[in-house]
Amino acid sequence: MTETLCPPAARTPADYKSATKPVWCPGCGDFTVLASLTRALAALQLPPHEVAVVSGIGCSSRIPAYTACYGFHGVHGRALAAATGLKVARPDLTVVVTGGDGDGYSIGGNHFLHACRRNVDLTYIVMDNHVYGMTKGQASPTTEPDWDSKLSPGGTGVRSFHPLVIALASGATFIARGYSGDPGGTADIIAQAIRHPGFAFVEILSPCVTFRPEQRNWKQQVRPASVDRTDDAARAARRIMTDDGFNIGVLYCAERTQYPLRRERVGGAVAALESEFVL
Amino acid sequence: MNAIHARAAGASPPSLSIAIAGSGGSGVMTAGAMLLDAAARSGRYGLMVRTSGPQIRGGEAAALLRLAEQPVGALDDRFDLLIAMDWQNLHRFADEIPLGAASLVVGDGDEGEPPAVFLADGARAALLSLKQIARAIPGAWVNMVTLGLAGALAGLPRAALEAAFRASWKRDGAGLDANLRALDAGIEAAAGIAGMSRLAPAPQRSAARAGNAAAGRWLVSGNEAAGYGAIRAGVRFVAAYPITPATELLEWLAPALTKVGGTLVQAEDELASINMAIGASYGGVPSLTATSGPGLALMTEALGLAVASEVPVVVVDVMRGGPSTGIPAKSEQSDLSFAVGGLPGDAPRLVLAPTSIADCLATTQWAVHLAEALQAPAIVLSDQFMGQARAIIDRPEDPGFFAERLTADESTPDYQRYRDTPSGVSPMAIPGTAGVTYTADGLEHSESGTPSSQARDHRLQLAKRERKLAQHDYGTWWADVEGDGDAAVVTFGSVTGAVREAIARVGARGPKLRLIALRLLAPALPEAMAAALDGVRRVIVVEQNHGAQLYRWLRAMHDLPGKPASFHRPGPLPLRPGELAEALLDWHGARSSAASARTRSGQRTTETMQ
Repeated sequence: MTETLCPPAARTPADYKSATKPVWCPGCGDFTVLASLTRALAALQLPPHEVAVVSGIGCSSRIPAYTACYGFHGVHGRALAAATGLKVARPDLTVVVTGGDGDGYSIGGNHFLHACRRNVDLTYIVMDNHVYGMTKGQASPTTEPDWDSKLSPGGTGVRSFHPLVIALASGATFIARGYSGDPGGTADIIAQAIRHPGFAFVEILSPCVTFRPEQRNWKQQVRPASVDRTDDAARAARRIMTDDGFNIGVLYCAERTQYPLRRERVGGAVAALESEFVL
Repeated sequence: MNAIHARAAGASPPSLSIAIAGSGGSGVMTAGAMLLDAAARSGRYGLMVRTSGPQIRGGEAAALLRLAEQPVGALDDRFDLLIAMDWQNLHRFADEIPLGAASLVVGDGDEGEPPAVFLADGARAALLSLKQIARAIPGAWVNMVTLGLAGALAGLPRAALEAAFRASWKRDGAGLDANLRALDAGIEAAAGIAGMSRLAPAPQRSAARAGNAAAGRWLVSGNEAAGYGAIRAGVRFVAAYPITPATELLEWLAPALTKVGGTLVQAEDELASINMAIGASYGGVPSLTATSGPGLALMTEALGLAVASEVPVVVVDVMRGGPSTGIPAKSEQSDLSFAVGGLPGDAPRLVLAPTSIADCLATTQWAVHLAEALQAPAIVLSDQFMGQARAIIDRPEDPGFFAERLTADESTPDYQRYRDTPSGVSPMAIPGTAGVTYTADGLEHSESGTPSSQARDHRLQLAKRERKLAQHDYGTWWADVEGDGDAAVVTFGSVTGAVREAIARVGARGPKLRLIALRLLAPALPEAMAAALDGVRRVIVVEQNHGAQLYRWLRAMHDLPGKPASFHRPGPLPLRPGELAEALLDWHGARSSAASARTRSGQRTTETMQ
């Protein structure tokens, strides 16, 4: 070990990046989300080896390997479950979960509900582009009902999923929306989410320029939410239910008991468990 | 009061088999558990198997006991005594509670006659006013009258019955007195019933044991034993989704883990529970989940992830009748093919099976050790029969297996998580360790862990993952090999006890038999098997499923001598020592006869199966 007498130099975002080249298309919003994440981690000065980035499957789920943190790239839709096990077993780690709208809201929808209600101290970043990109352009739960695709010609006809409302109703204690085109603002939101004690949900509008080129226009549509953050779930519900999906910022932040409940840990002897079997 | 002697059929030591049946919720299992406890307190060994219909209340339930002077590994062929707390749904147990000419059926005559099916083979009925006896004592329960009745008919001392009752009484004193009187009323009622075979008086114990006839013994279920084995091996994280018949294993672990500083999380489904366990294990904490067939099916994808990302995890599958929801509360050994083969891709995994209730402890402990040492998923195939059964056993020795994972040191130069080492096992960096960060991946990867779809990386990693399991030295634990006959009976799991007893019953009447009870089912160990089969000319494979799954697996993986035969039958009926002994004798006699012989009980002994 090379311990120096001087304090270590402050970590920069580059210290959180790996050498692995992303598979993303040029212009993908996820590039700047990755940059926002590394900026947030640098802002918090967290040692990379004490951070674990956990994901499922999809374009955005590739992020763990692009960081210099510990990464876990699991199966489709189960990132929150794997992260829950990791955080409960290793509460000393900072655990960030990343993924897309298909991974989180469709195949992983059940885990999303239960992660919100369980309130484990995780940060869940969803890069929402309203499309399955890795499988080349199918409708996801957040896709508009009339969006035409090969798998659903003429559109699915199914109303789109509202992740923030679901998160609120399910008990998430931190709900925010970011936009990939605003890396500074997004980094700030992610840093707040990581600092938040409990389950923090950050939905980031992250355009898929390949299958949804019209999402380039999001740049003109997004705006900072013209409201203060609230810890009143009823106010937040009205706010989230009535917005147009382009208000950016922390929309809800409250405190609630975290899971697991901090019971006193008993480091009892294993052999003592035998006593209940002994005649 | 005549003690039971060895059955004419073979060399089985004396034992007494008692079934207590009634409507679900009527206290059948409580009475059975107390009877078993009383037997333990009077120095006996015994086994109690639970069987019930799908309903929680109002269906049918039965406690199936066998008590003896020596450890009991299987249910007997017939029951000496059936006590019915009511006749309502008793007929549903006609197959599960076989009676013979010497058997006795005791029930409430005020509520009608026993179903004819139970008397068909000559069993006698002794009818009492069971409910009236209980009603005459305010606050008394019928099942405590039943306990007195069963205990006295079995020849257990009143003091042992009372002690068992008091030990489980959790309520106030008034009810306790009433039910002690009910117990006595049951004992008194038994005095009027003649012709019942009782257990011989317990043998005299040494002075040291006189105070406690059961000193050194355990009363434990397979599920509890498996849970304890997991903790003893170092498991400190468990994710749980309830499913019959694995729930009790998880319920036992919940408070036990807390006591040793571990955690149990109740998950939203089995997809979550297995992924939580894998996540926790990725964090360096030995982890486990338990389930049954339907849950194992849901866990399949994540088990493949554990293979590919080389994260240790243990799944205890307490098997029940399948496929699909199948028969939730009854036993079958039919998940074997799925466990050894049911993953997409070439996915080497460990599959183990305990050979008895006691062995649920050691085998689960070994499974954790192997999973951790080999950084692979391990499936432990228990089943409802041994998972939910309770047995009086001698305290099992601790085999000493513990979770020992090869981990990476801080700042290892040129650290590569999936390095192709000679053993195939590569050091795993645990999050929190500086200088060796990596991404665990279910995508095929290079040695560093970077996703790769290149042929070279795929071949290298496939070979690495296969080699680490295939080349490991599993020692002598892979199977219990007993005897040196030139005819071998190969089996696995909970039927091992019945097979062992059948071999003893065959004794001198048939061929000298060798027992090979597999504890490690995957990877297959052709060399170890060849050594165990040294000098064997013929093999019969015994298992409890319809599809001869073990037989097929063994024929695929090993060179078995001669024309291997198969005795297989689905659950939920347990394989009985008598039918197995008969099948083994048939097999012996049919050495050169027809390809397929039918035993009297209608089971198939197949000489050739293509």
